[in-house]
Amino acid sequence: MTNKKKNIIERKEVVVKFVGDSGDGMQLSGTIFSDSAAIAGNDMTTFPDFPAEIRAPHNTVAGVSGFQVHLGSEKIFTIGDQVDVLVAMNPASLKANLKWAKKGATLLIDADSFEEKAIEKAGYTTNPLIDNSLESYRVINAPITTLTKESLKELGLDPKTAERSKNMFALGMLFYIFNRDLKPAFKYFQTKFGKKDPKLVDINKIALQQGYNYADTIEAIESVISVAPSKMEKGRYRNITGNTATAWGLMAASERSGRPLFLGSYPITPATDILLELAKHKSLGVKVFQAEDEIAGICSAIGASYTGAMACTSTSGPGLSLKSEAIGLAVMTELPLVIVDVQRGGPSTGLPTKSEQSDLYQALFGRNGECPVIVIAASTPDNCFYYAYMAAKYSMEHMTPVIFLTDGTMGFGSVLFRIPKVASLPPINPPIAQPNDPDYKPYRRDPETLVRQWALPGTEGLRHRIGGLEKADITGSVSTDPMNHQHMVDMRAAKVEKLADFLPEQEVNGPAEGDLLVVSWGGTYGQVHQAISQMQEEGKTITHTHFNYIMPLPKNTGDILKRFKRILVCELNSGQFVNYLKMKFPMMNYSQYNKVQGLPFTTQELMDKFNQMLEEK
Amino acid sequence: MDEFLNKTIERSDVQLSKGDFESDQMVKWCQGCGSHAILNAVERVFPKIGYRKENFCVVAGIGCSSRFPYYMNTYGIHGIHGRAAAIATGVKIANPRLSTWVTTGDGDSLAIGGNHFIHLIRRNVDVNVILFNNQIYGLTKGQYSPTTPMGKITKSSPQGTIEHPFTVGELVMGAQGTFFARVPDNDINLMTEAMFEAAKHDGTSIIEVLQNCVIFADKAHTAITGKEVRDNTMLVVRNGEPMLFGKDKNKGLRLNGTGLEVVELGKNGVTLDDILVHDCYNPDPGIHLMLAKLAPPRFPMVFGVIRSAMFPTYDDLVEDQITYAKDTGKIKCVDDLLNSGDTWEIK
Repeated sequence: MTNKKKNIIERKEVVVKFVGDSGDGMQLSGTIFSDSAAIAGNDMTTFPDFPAEIRAPHNTVAGVSGFQVHLGSEKIFTIGDQVDVLVAMNPASLKANLKWAKKGATLLIDADSFEEKAIEKAGYTTNPLIDNSLESYRVINAPITTLTKESLKELGLDPKTAERSKNMFALGMLFYIFNRDLKPAFKYFQTKFGKKDPKLVDINKIALQQGYNYADTIEAIESVISVAPSKMEKGRYRNITGNTATAWGLMAASERSGRPLFLGSYPITPATDILLELAKHKSLGVKVFQAEDEIAGICSAIGASYTGAMACTSTSGPGLSLKSEAIGLAVMTELPLVIVDVQRGGPSTGLPTKSEQSDLYQALFGRNGECPVIVIAASTPDNCFYYAYMAAKYSMEHMTPVIFLTDGTMGFGSVLFRIPKVASLPPINPPIAQPNDPDYKPYRRDPETLVRQWALPGTEGLRHRIGGLEKADITGSVSTDPMNHQHMVDMRAAKVEKLADFLPEQEVNGPAEGDLLVVSWGGTYGQVHQAISQMQEEGKTITHTHFNYIMPLPKNTGDILKRFKRILVCELNSGQFVNYLKMKFPMMNYSQYNKVQGLPFTTQELMDKFNQMLEEK
Repeated sequence: MDEFLNKTIERSDVQLSKGDFESDQMVKWCQGCGSHAILNAVERVFPKIGYRKENFCVVAGIGCSSRFPYYMNTYGIHGIHGRAAAIATGVKIANPRLSTWVTTGDGDSLAIGGNHFIHLIRRNVDVNVILFNNQIYGLTKGQYSPTTPMGKITKSSPQGTIEHPFTVGELVMGAQGTFFARVPDNDINLMTEAMFEAAKHDGTSIIEVLQNCVIFADKAHTAITGKEVRDNTMLVVRNGEPMLFGKDKNKGLRLNGTGLEVVELGKNGVTLDDILVHDCYNPDPGIHLMLAKLAPPRFPMVFGVIRSAMFPTYDDLVEDQITYAKDTGKIKCVDDLLNSGDTWEIK
């Protein structure tokens, strides 16, 4: 399918956002569009943007649901600062999203939805389609609802069913604008609806095709956009969200370690998808326990861990608060446990569907007593797989809980994932005690790693008790001896610190010494990397280092920091990582750049900040 | 009786004895505390149950009762306050081949751990719970608990409590419990018998022990379990037997309309045929609930195994689903999973 009569505009990257009322099918449109782009060979990131309510009042700004796709012919690192093409299915969605559109962006609008009542409900005082307020955009103003109904007339559907396909009609128009093949979408309909309701396959096909044909006939579309395939590493690919990647990384670690996977969890946005994903995979022996609350989620996991399972619990910030006491129990009993925290805006219930990095203090310090845990943070949806795997590996090999931090943007967002082979992942060797080992003692430690052994119930000759009371070194009897407590506190801390011996060295992007080092961690990688790369291309001297291993930090962290005159730490909180670094390496010259709006950094605002810093020198 | 015991748990080749389960730790309960008798009963019943000694796992929360795992030579976890039921749930789901026991108190299980307690029971996870009910917080030195009788003066209720206490059995039935027994701490045989029945029962078993705290609620149960009164205040039920009590076993329970009444054999034409016969296996909890709620002065309190009904256990259903999924699922390893669904090759 080619659009011979139109001009073709070549673009390296494009940001498309689908917005409409909750229930308008924007997530589906976005998914189909991004799948087709992936098949056409583009790299991409996608991000769903939806309200916390399931169905907020119809046609209100509160009820707007969106799906953003950033695709390109080069590696894509971010969800995109600003939108090039906005598909808006009602006035409220236009109202809520116009601020993200570039000047000159294409707005594909369902004109039928701009009725007086809906316009008013959206908070407009005049109709934006006729009051010239959209003059600086390329507006494609199409009666999509009417056209959809007409194109489905012959099927004799009731008006509501027909109207529901307007998202596919709009998608068809977009396929035309992007010069895309319709076949992958047809295939998608077949897979999704073929068995359940074959009629839906036809309805969606017709709506999509008619949208495409309509776009071909109208003059408002004078050019089409072409995004060339990206040069990606060879291999097999799939689309993956951070939450699915986390679930699969845990499953891979379970398979590789031979320890059965147990998840004890309680539903909480934005972490629930991890629970749902793991619940699907009983065929691989995964045991998923949906507990009565967050506390039971983690406590059941601790029980499972005691018996020798690779135990996990998944949650978000408020849930992590509830789990604090039990994390202390896992620290004290020195049992492996992966606690996944998909961070969201806080404090309290906060912004459930929005993203922040504000649980770092809680992960590092949020427990009673001297209670160190390993903290690892993923930085992209696809590397959630790898870091979840490593979190499980280190937890089991070092017999200590690991808090694994992701965030809502990563969890819901998706990128293309180059599929690895499980055998290519690092091996996992949990320190399991052998039956009738005459030397077994619950708190006897490996002198190198300070790790105690994992003695599994049912094993002959290893009966022992562990618990939350302080234990005597080696024997594990209850002990209140002052010097023993000091020793055990020191051992637990040293054991966690010793993990640094096993971590890869921290790397930098840019010169190894100089004036300005930009530091980031976790989910901000894409935006910061993009901003730095762009500035480096412009010939500016700036270095970036991004942290995934937070506690302990890689061993060469201090060496990197001390080679720079100024260090700028960027994070989506009020400065938690910068304060952590100040505590660990106090003699450096730190500045900080923070944002706590429930939104990711934009590449532009980062570049503005970095440029300002460079100019200040 | 062995044929009723759980087949998934491996049995010991040799006859074990009480000594096999005694730990080397100093038992630090107060002298005269009812917990000593409970420990004694458990050490006696474990060898009788006959599983390998490595296949017992004892889980506890916090409180006097919850030091129990340290005093048993088994696998064990001493957890955090109120969470023993949740920890034990994880133990049992992850490894159904362990005979899993919880020791807990009225504060641990009915106050701070109330949520986990009812959900353990509702799910019918095969865990045996020994609930030490002394009607007081012992380890924190004498505050009222959810089972303290209304009006009782304690350190935190200097004018008397103004709370309505829980009846453990009523709570268990309300949570759809499948097994409930009540025993006094001064009758080791009855304790052992109930614990053995609990081990036999597939599903959550709650054994409420009326346990005496000598320091903070001494003689709280004496009005019922005291030697001088118990003939008339305690009715021990056994399956298939009429519900009789009294020194001469001449008093009994009769169903009258929708309620129970105490009757005397030989009086007003009452014969043995009028007396209710205990059916602990009845799936309908109606009579069981009535029995669990009875208390002096109008009635005796009922002891023994009040309910032991057969329902599928959570842990069995988990295993069934996994077996089915393994047999029918197309995804056999994580590599299969990674390559499943919509994937494409870039060359």
